[in-house]
Amino acid sequence: MMSVKLTIMQQMEQVAQEHGKILAPLKDDLVLANSGLDSLGFAVLVARLEDTLGVDPFTAAEDAFFPVTLGDFVKVYENGAR
Amino acid sequence: MARAEAPSLLDYVASAPARFFWQHDASVRFTDLVHGTSLGGGLKDLAGRSVLLATASQLTAALALIELDGCARRITILPPDAEPGHLGALIETAEIDAVVVERDAEPRAALELPVRVACAPSIVPANAASPTRLRTEWVLLTSGTTGVPKMVVHSLAGLTAAIRSQSPADGAAVWGTFYDIRRYGGLQIFLRAVLGGASLVLASAGEPVAEHLARLAHRGVTHLSGTPSHWRRALMSPTIRAVAPRYVRLSGEIADQAILDSLRAMFPEASIGHAYASTEAGVAFDVNDGLAGFPAAFVGGVRDGVDMKIVDDSLNIRSPRTASRYVGGRRSALADDAGFVDTGDMVELRGDRYYFVGRKGGIINIGGLKVHPEEVEAVINRHPQVRMSLVRPRQSPITGAIVVADVVLKSEEESAPARQRELKDDILKLCREMLPRHKVPAAISFVPTLAVAATGKLARRQG
Repeated sequence: MMSVKLTIMQQMEQVAQEHGKILAPLKDDLVLANSGLDSLGFAVLVARLEDTLGVDPFTAAEDAFFPVTLGDFVKVYENGAR
Repeated sequence: MARAEAPSLLDYVASAPARFFWQHDASVRFTDLVHGTSLGGGLKDLAGRSVLLATASQLTAALALIELDGCARRITILPPDAEPGHLGALIETAEIDAVVVERDAEPRAALELPVRVACAPSIVPANAASPTRLRTEWVLLTSGTTGVPKMVVHSLAGLTAAIRSQSPADGAAVWGTFYDIRRYGGLQIFLRAVLGGASLVLASAGEPVAEHLARLAHRGVTHLSGTPSHWRRALMSPTIRAVAPRYVRLSGEIADQAILDSLRAMFPEASIGHAYASTEAGVAFDVNDGLAGFPAAFVGGVRDGVDMKIVDDSLNIRSPRTASRYVGGRRSALADDAGFVDTGDMVELRGDRYYFVGRKGGIINIGGLKVHPEEVEAVINRHPQVRMSLVRPRQSPITGAIVVADVVLKSEEESAPARQRELKDDILKLCREMLPRHKVPAAISFVPTLAVAATGKLARRQG
């Protein structure tokens, strides 16, 4: 089974390609705001991840929180998927 | 009460040769109503009353309507899917004091009214001369999703204005409809059949599409009408090949190019028209050139008695066919001071044509950008493998909502996972080519069917 991190990175590349965006190199400390995806791109990404990973950790969360870096973003899913 | 100078429905029946209503379980020569009745001896008891037509079947409703017009003060036509909990409010608002139901109908407390008349799916000889000659009010219910439906007042003259101006009597015609005749769209077809001296094939509650189509074929249907959703569902049944209508009519929903093209391919010889009508605004126009949308020249200036204008992208209509008011309400609740009804149907001008894009209340907000589900569906439906689609909002923590699509494919042979992935990519590619980014579905699910409401429209979850 593909790791959560790899799934996220593949989906980010897919969404970026569909939206005609150029993605920054996907490192843990990449600030999401500088990743190349805009808010619509992230909205689509989160929806796609819900379909592949079976969880939307942001809508499920009680507090409105959105991670800053890619590493944090992956962690939210790793925790949510567990 | 004003005496009617206009003919009553029975006058049209009297001038026609023998014609029939066909339902799966009964066949009635309704022209016998000239010297007969389906209401036992009850018609005289309904004279001058406000009557609730609460029959179970379309056939008994059709017969009773012919008898009641000109006799009752007001007929409130109860659609089959009416919420029982709303009956009390409807009866009070329309001052209903009589009910017509089948002889064997279960007694219902809400329908205990001063007069109860039993109807039958058959006609017995009687002196059918109506004891009164009134200009009967026809009351139709709106199909809103929440609360008590609005009660929309029409006259027979207004309901039939579009028919008399457009179609000469056609004695050999057999009409059929996927609609229920107790809704505006179906009632138009019932009236077209009766005024046009034609017979009519009626559907029964819960009748499978294939059986209905087989009956339509057996009766030699020549004129067939339904919503685009009705037609998409019918096209999924192989029995569709048994019918050969010479006139195919769509109304009640947006007729996109894909459904018009599919019907053209299925019925190469037929004339295919889509009509715009609503319970409140009445029939506004027919489009017969095989193209989606309508010519921009229809707007501004009176055409065939109908005046249309676009206000904030919403179609507004003024015509002698619009309803007069809501029961118990002022006319101002239905139309503006100049007499225009705001339909809430949104249009967009592209080139020299207006296209319907969706309902005013159905807009999905994606981070401040607006999407009409119907405009996305129209693009998805253009894919050659797609039969129908439903676009809906999905909650998003980032943009509030995004759009996702449920898609019904034309063939079940497309169910292999690899093929499905390929088709999804293909449909999304089509969407990306035709739509701005925020309107492209974030996800597509293939589903076996989509629910069609009793109104014939695609069932959209509200909210």
